[in-house]
Amino acid sequence: MSQLLAKIDGVSLSFGDRIILKNCNVDIVEGAITCIIGLSGAGKSTILRLLDGLIKPDTGHVYVHGHDICHMPEDELNEVRRKISLSFQFAALLDSLTVGENVALPLREHTHLADSEIRKIVMDALDSVGLAHTYDQLPSQLSGGMLKRAGFARAIVMRPELILYDEPTTGLDPIVTHLITDTIVRLRQKLNGTAVVISHDLHSIFMMADYVAMLFEGAIIAYDTVDRIKQSVNPIVQQFLQGSEVGPIPI
Amino acid sequence: MKVLDEFGRATIGFFEYAGGISILAGESAGFLVRLRIRFIETINQCYILGVQSTSIVILTSLFTGMVISLESAVQAAQFGLGGLVGGAVAYASVRELGPMLTAVVVAGRVGSAIAAELGSMVVTEQIEALRSMGLEPTRFLVVPRLLAMLVMLPLLTIFGDVISIAGGMWIAQSYAHISNDTFLASARQSVGFEDVVKGLLKSFVFAAIIALVGAYQGLSTRGGAAGVGKSTTGAVVLSIILIFISNFALSFVLFGGR
Repeated sequence: MSQLLAKIDGVSLSFGDRIILKNCNVDIVEGAITCIIGLSGAGKSTILRLLDGLIKPDTGHVYVHGHDICHMPEDELNEVRRKISLSFQFAALLDSLTVGENVALPLREHTHLADSEIRKIVMDALDSVGLAHTYDQLPSQLSGGMLKRAGFARAIVMRPELILYDEPTTGLDPIVTHLITDTIVRLRQKLNGTAVVISHDLHSIFMMADYVAMLFEGAIIAYDTVDRIKQSVNPIVQQFLQGSEVGPIPI
Repeated sequence: MKVLDEFGRATIGFFEYAGGISILAGESAGFLVRLRIRFIETINQCYILGVQSTSIVILTSLFTGMVISLESAVQAAQFGLGGLVGGAVAYASVRELGPMLTAVVVAGRVGSAIAAELGSMVVTEQIEALRSMGLEPTRFLVVPRLLAMLVMLPLLTIFGDVISIAGGMWIAQSYAHISNDTFLASARQSVGFEDVVKGLLKSFVFAAIIALVGAYQGLSTRGGAAGVGKSTTGAVVLSIILIFISNFALSFVLFGGR
């Protein structure tokens, strides 16, 4: 039986009057890539932030390695976060630092490694995403695809057990999308880790996912392997996969 | 009922804001006491927030000292009281105008810069990225700026006091023919070391106001580019209001009726 690395258990969350999640459950299988699909604004990115402890649910629990992170003090949560990396939609690199300094930041803050060792690890991380030549460049000098890959390099530099990717392929051309998808798969293999990917790009999802979860109206309505999701009889899942305007999903 | 609703909302908003700034101040003080400080970044901020503010402090202090002297020197000399001009300029500069004007111009430049920078970092998810890496934004961003202000604003104030007195002395000599020796003797008689220290105490408080209000406004930014603009304006307006209020309170406590 597959072991769970993380689990969202019966989570409900509202922002003001707006209900984002209601009794939402997601299993994150260790060593697998789980992709979460759903309409824009459905709350997919919120799930990533719950898994990273950046948002606390109104009710329910979020478990990482069996520990409920919802009620952890910030110091303990920061320890858990060292094993989790969140790769942001627009990379969120600190624009006052060079790419190399951005990638080195978690190492400088959380380890006592010598500068030479940090540089070596950073170069290795940048090399993994094909950006070794950008070490001394500022984030503003990179293209959208390069920024995302630099964000990946920062996400993997601490060799996390769980990487969370927030819309890694949104707004990119098909070639860069393929490159990014391939990078996510390679990084998973290299780190032997677990990944959760939020994306709208079905082609990309089918290339990389082990499991797919569909979020609709605040709850996961389908969760299965790629092949089974493709064959799902759920009309909402089928309408979403076909990109059809006709069906039960209100447009 | 609507008026009561509005009043209630404003009251809650006030206490939320005051509570938020107090928490930020408490967290920052905690990091400072435990010496969890990014020293290189603090030195960098000393340069950005302090050294780069020197020119505006020179300009405002110089013209303030000159105008006090201009207003007082000619008339004082007519009544044979030219020997008091140096004292008037030094008294006003060291106790009141030096600390307050320096703080106000620095609030305009630095408070807005802090709010805009941190606000932009909020809307581009950089603050969230720091948190997701297990780094506290308060230690990482607020403490270096706060410490830089606490170091640099008193230094700028001393510098401003000297420039203001020098400007006043130049005008007194040029327009009222009051010698530099007479001017300086009067200044020394009117202002003691205690006054300088009390003026600097004020500038410590103003430094904390500028850094904490700017940082809090920046970190509580919502709503994209428009939100950053709003935070920036809010930081400057609120800092200046708080500087004026606290200046009165501090003058009352430190100088009393003297």
